[in-house]
Amino acid sequence: MTRSRKEGLCGWLFASPWVIGFSVFMLYPLLASLYFAFCDYSVLKAPVFTGLENFKDLFHDEVFWIVLKNTAIFTAIFLPLGLILSLGMAMLLNLKVKGQAFYRTIFYLPSLMPLVATAVLFLTLFNSDSGLINIALKGMHLPAPDWLASPAWSKPSIVLLSMWGVGNTMIIYLAGLQEVPQSLYEAAELDGAKAWAKTLNVTLPMISPVILFNLIIGIINSVQIFTLPYVMFPNGAPARSTYFYTSYLYDSAFKYHKMGYACAMGWIMFIIIFALTLLSFRASNKHVYYGGS
Amino acid sequence: MRWSLKSIKILRLTIAHFVLISLSVFFLIPFFWMLSTSLKTEHDTVVTKDQPMVWIPPAPRFQNYADAFTYNAQWPPALSSDSKPGIASLRTKAALKSAVTNKPEAGYIPFLYYARNTLVLCWLCVVGTTISSGLVAYAFARLKFPGREVFFALTLATMMIPFPVLMVPTYSLFRWLGWIGSFRPLWVPAFFGSAFNIFLLRQFFRGIPFELSEAAKIDGASEWRTFLDVILPLAKPALAVVALFTFMATWTDFLGPLIYLMDDKTFTLSLGLQAYQSQNGGTDWNLLMAATTIVVLPVVVLFFFTQKLFIRGIALTGLKG
Repeated sequence: MTRSRKEGLCGWLFASPWVIGFSVFMLYPLLASLYFAFCDYSVLKAPVFTGLENFKDLFHDEVFWIVLKNTAIFTAIFLPLGLILSLGMAMLLNLKVKGQAFYRTIFYLPSLMPLVATAVLFLTLFNSDSGLINIALKGMHLPAPDWLASPAWSKPSIVLLSMWGVGNTMIIYLAGLQEVPQSLYEAAELDGAKAWAKTLNVTLPMISPVILFNLIIGIINSVQIFTLPYVMFPNGAPARSTYFYTSYLYDSAFKYHKMGYACAMGWIMFIIIFALTLLSFRASNKHVYYGGS
Repeated sequence: MRWSLKSIKILRLTIAHFVLISLSVFFLIPFFWMLSTSLKTEHDTVVTKDQPMVWIPPAPRFQNYADAFTYNAQWPPALSSDSKPGIASLRTKAALKSAVTNKPEAGYIPFLYYARNTLVLCWLCVVGTTISSGLVAYAFARLKFPGREVFFALTLATMMIPFPVLMVPTYSLFRWLGWIGSFRPLWVPAFFGSAFNIFLLRQFFRGIPFELSEAAKIDGASEWRTFLDVILPLAKPALAVVALFTFMATWTDFLGPLIYLMDDKTFTLSLGLQAYQSQNGGTDWNLLMAATTIVVLPVVVLFFFTQKLFIRGIALTGLKG
């Protein structure tokens, strides 16, 4: 055997766990999911091909539109707020303040929490009578809303507690900020640039790829939000105001045993995420600066 | 002129510190609330007009933690014979206790048992992911084989696919294997690599000088020996990052256990906490928060010991690719 053939064999041998993992846990489910999306499938019986039936049903399914709308609202509110808050925190930390590592730890820690624990913890914090948030609001003579039982306040409560977990995004921003060459700031200072101008003309362009990265990761995660509302608001209560896309997908599959329907929903979600990602890339084309390369 | 510039700088730093401290308070208060509530008496968790909030319980009630391990009606007090002796004796004590305290309806949710389940799963996933992803990443990073680039591109592409798309067929696959209700769907896939960790390790392996491998081969080492004796010792930090990320992901996972675990004996901590909350969410906050602390504490402790590794890991996944 020649050396290159031997190396080739060796390569596939080393990669063999993933050849199996990729085919069995990625490729097969992907193809099967695509097929099931066009089937009536309850897991108990073999799938029956029904063409576009699932998609037609979805189109006429009132709940589908509700969860789509809820997910869109959540993403549209949380994503910009979360991206701005985490960027602001990262910029503050990047001012080389004393105790930077200390603050960084505090801001990062909540994003490591098991989501079920976060949900349970905030259920008690948001409690309308004995929860800390309303006690504080009442103490300041502000209106204390019924966070968990009012359809108008249930989404804001999820947004608020999601903001608690932006530490991960912040760390990625911070890594990006620390890569900005100091010489650029010095050059800007020589030109008489003030802090605001430096932020606008040096910092933001230089970290624009990081912003794009966080935006895309943020889209992917927000569209898939599941655990927090599932634990905090059983069945999307109150009045389905917290019934999100993945929650309905999960219920369709494992509560109503409409597996084909769930797969169809999964593919629509994939297309939505893909389209939003593509859109972000397109929209950012002119604004993102990729260094020399 | 110089002076005013300096004072502006001081002013700016003061404002920065002020904002950072206020933000820190907001980020820390939920943790404080969790700990404080977990040490209160049940009476002190309720706030009314006549009863103001208790910030720090005057007499911390550590018994809550013991109670959280031994409370609730869902867990049948009857003991199955197959369980480990250590756990069994603990459950016997708890069963006795619930019979003694005038709560005939009270069984308990065995959080210690759930902790054991979770740890076993974490251990299997960490070992599986680290070994398999290490092997595969080595192939992608340092071995030339036909189809490598295409396969690697496909591997990266799989990271784009949201889990809900794969959820149903994966479930039906495990159902066909008869694995529903067991731990196997949660750890067996770990032994076949994961795209994210393969990518992370590949980035690291590529940074190790190729001369080292060449030298080992001239000395007659096989590819396998080179991997074991040259690459792996140098890759320890990256492997530690993979192990750490995998541990965290398994410890905090909720959707996986929710789909595959049926019997409350097999629950993980996250699933157990959710079950506990849905059964008794409105009452006994002190016990609920004690249980939450039990779920959170290992993560926090692990983070404090491995902070640098975390930060390096995030840098490694690389903004620059």
